[in-house]
Amino acid sequence: MSEIKVDKMKRVPVREQDAKVRATNFEEVCYGYNEEEAVAEASRCLGCKHKPCVSMCPVSIDIPGFIKHVAEKEFELAAKELAKYTALPAVCGRVCPQELQCESKCVLGIKGEAVSIGKLERFVADWATKNNVDLSQTAPKNGKKVAVIGSGPAGVTCAGDLAKMGYEITVFEALHEPGGVLLYGIPEFRLPKEDVVKPELQNLEKLGVKIETNVIVGRTITIDQLLGEEGFDAVFIGSGAGLPKFMGIDGENLNGVFSANEVLTRNNLMKAFKEDYDTPIRPGKKVAVVGGGNVAMDAARTALRLGAEVHVVYRRSDAELPARAEEVHHAKEEGVIFDVLTNPVEILGDENGWVKGMKCVKMELGEADESGRRRPQVIEGSEFILDVDTVIMSLGTSPNPLITDTTKGLDVNKWGCIVADEADGQTSREGIFAGGDAVTGAATVILAMGAGKAAAQAIDKYVKSK
Amino acid sequence: MFKIVEKKVLAPSIFLMDIEAPRVAKSAQPGQFIILRMDEKGERLPLTICDYDREKGTVTIVVQAIGCSTRRMADFNVGDYFADFVGPLGRESEFIHENIEDVKKKKVLFVAGGVGTAPVYPQVKWLHENGVDVDVIIGAKNKEMLIMEDEMKAVCANLYPATDDGSYGYKGLVTDLIKDLVQNQGKQYDEVIAIGPMIMMKFVCKLTEELGIKTIVSLNPVMVDGTGMCGACRVTVGGETKFACVDGPEFDGHTVDFDEAMKRQGLYKDEECQKTESYEKNCKIGGAK
Repeated sequence: MSEIKVDKMKRVPVREQDAKVRATNFEEVCYGYNEEEAVAEASRCLGCKHKPCVSMCPVSIDIPGFIKHVAEKEFELAAKELAKYTALPAVCGRVCPQELQCESKCVLGIKGEAVSIGKLERFVADWATKNNVDLSQTAPKNGKKVAVIGSGPAGVTCAGDLAKMGYEITVFEALHEPGGVLLYGIPEFRLPKEDVVKPELQNLEKLGVKIETNVIVGRTITIDQLLGEEGFDAVFIGSGAGLPKFMGIDGENLNGVFSANEVLTRNNLMKAFKEDYDTPIRPGKKVAVVGGGNVAMDAARTALRLGAEVHVVYRRSDAELPARAEEVHHAKEEGVIFDVLTNPVEILGDENGWVKGMKCVKMELGEADESGRRRPQVIEGSEFILDVDTVIMSLGTSPNPLITDTTKGLDVNKWGCIVADEADGQTSREGIFAGGDAVTGAATVILAMGAGKAAAQAIDKYVKSK
Repeated sequence: MFKIVEKKVLAPSIFLMDIEAPRVAKSAQPGQFIILRMDEKGERLPLTICDYDREKGTVTIVVQAIGCSTRRMADFNVGDYFADFVGPLGRESEFIHENIEDVKKKKVLFVAGGVGTAPVYPQVKWLHENGVDVDVIIGAKNKEMLIMEDEMKAVCANLYPATDDGSYGYKGLVTDLIKDLVQNQGKQYDEVIAIGPMIMMKFVCKLTEELGIKTIVSLNPVMVDGTGMCGACRVTVGGETKFACVDGPEFDGHTVDFDEAMKRQGLYKDEECQKTESYEKNCKIGGAK
């Protein structure tokens, strides 16, 4: 293979599946770097002494440190360096909004393009999986037990860190497979399950972490039972924010209106897109996805791949779309139509109770509100009907009250989020810690991981002081 | 993995299974349900808890083989395993949280339709064990399809079987029998708890509204996760959207929008039929003819 010429100011481009082809399958869009490309990209890193990139990483990975190993083709050392800070590098390399985090402060980004930190992290993690790098070093067992509720990014990170410190960890997961949103939420074409998510979760089990699926804390067992009869020394709640919101407009319970969570769960967790799996899905012919976040993009691109014409309906303008720029770009390339400055007011049904259209109004942006965002206002007389047979609501999610309703003395705020110390996850109950979306409401994978990491430190301190 | 330790055929196409699931058995209460997934490719099926044995660590379910998944399930036998069995899900029946002395003062009639007899059983049994004896109507198409009569008889005050064709017990619909009990036989009820097909629950509610009797129903909409994260099971109750899996499955029947709920039950009918058809074609036993 010929040597890759490196322009210091420009990224080594990453190979992607052609938009026309990928719009019809669920295979990963981005192919990632091969060894030569990764080494070339890594050679761009200046190895800054003050490491501004690290300050923007919620789990403080020594970024120049692992990249130096890549540049020197020491991929195993790079993987071990990453493992000190993160349990999910293959996941984070793919789904983190790096443009707002590590890559936003890269010195090269001032005059040129920032180092592709995410793509390098992903390369190292994939290489480690392919080459069976053993990342399972742990401290000697200390005889203490911690229960972790939820196997999403927060729980997995907390469990991994505590296991490395010598704790005996059991993770309780309500669904039949671990991974949380990594499994049921983010689609295969962004995050492959078999090749990426499963190996990272297996690494956790190699650290000695026990994962018990099909256990719903709050129903199958309560936190007080875990701390009492089951003998756990502390509990970490990483149960996420999985409760979907609806608009409350007329027609929302018609056949053909789904939450994004339902569509994504059917497709990702239950594999409805595969013929030989039992779970059905109804993608429809013409779909409106209401909302503009990452989940809306995932739902839109999923419906597209199932064969529908897809409209993203968003009440603000293109510039305010909360989804990652890369996801919006990918969706547009694949043929998703964006109807911005548009808001639904009613869903119309036929005589059999099926969606036959969505009544919308046009919006314009008015004055900025207290949060600094320009408030969308209805344009009088702009009502029109969008001709669709399916509506997918992607308006955000909130925490499930199952745990908080069944745990006395656990404080929640007015949004139903668990009240916990920002720095260490301590809740209003001794021995109970919390982090991730259960505390913040729906946020990002990496913030949840940061919270899991901080809570692991605090739990260690708490258990040792007991 | 969850082992099947007992299997009995109760009626043509209706079978009972005891599943080893100690954690579920320990926490299960009347009114709650479980979700079962047969294997890697299976879907998540909600099934109401019919009984539980905390000591043996088993939970009893009763299933009617009507679609692709339930027919496939009927081929499982004692000693086989289901991949997943999660619960208990949903809220417990209201009376569990009420003062038992108040419950004892009430005259309660349970109305069970078809396979809905199974979820009625743990409620009647719980009440019996707590010193409350209630009346029970079991409705079925014919004598052959009537299930759990002896079990029910052992835990209730009066059992009234009814069959559509009159092959056993009262001849007619459960609604006709309720009317007969109240209007001709001088029975008085403070509360009716009806569990069965959506259409039956709808008409029971229509009648009890006229009769002025509070009525609880247990809804069985389409579900996926059963923990409140998708809203597939949403129903309109008292003008508000509720998720049956976490807010229910039991609701005040007089405030349920049954017409909407029945339409929503048919959401995947086409896909279901397709899958059932292809299952029958490919099924080694049933399809080879």
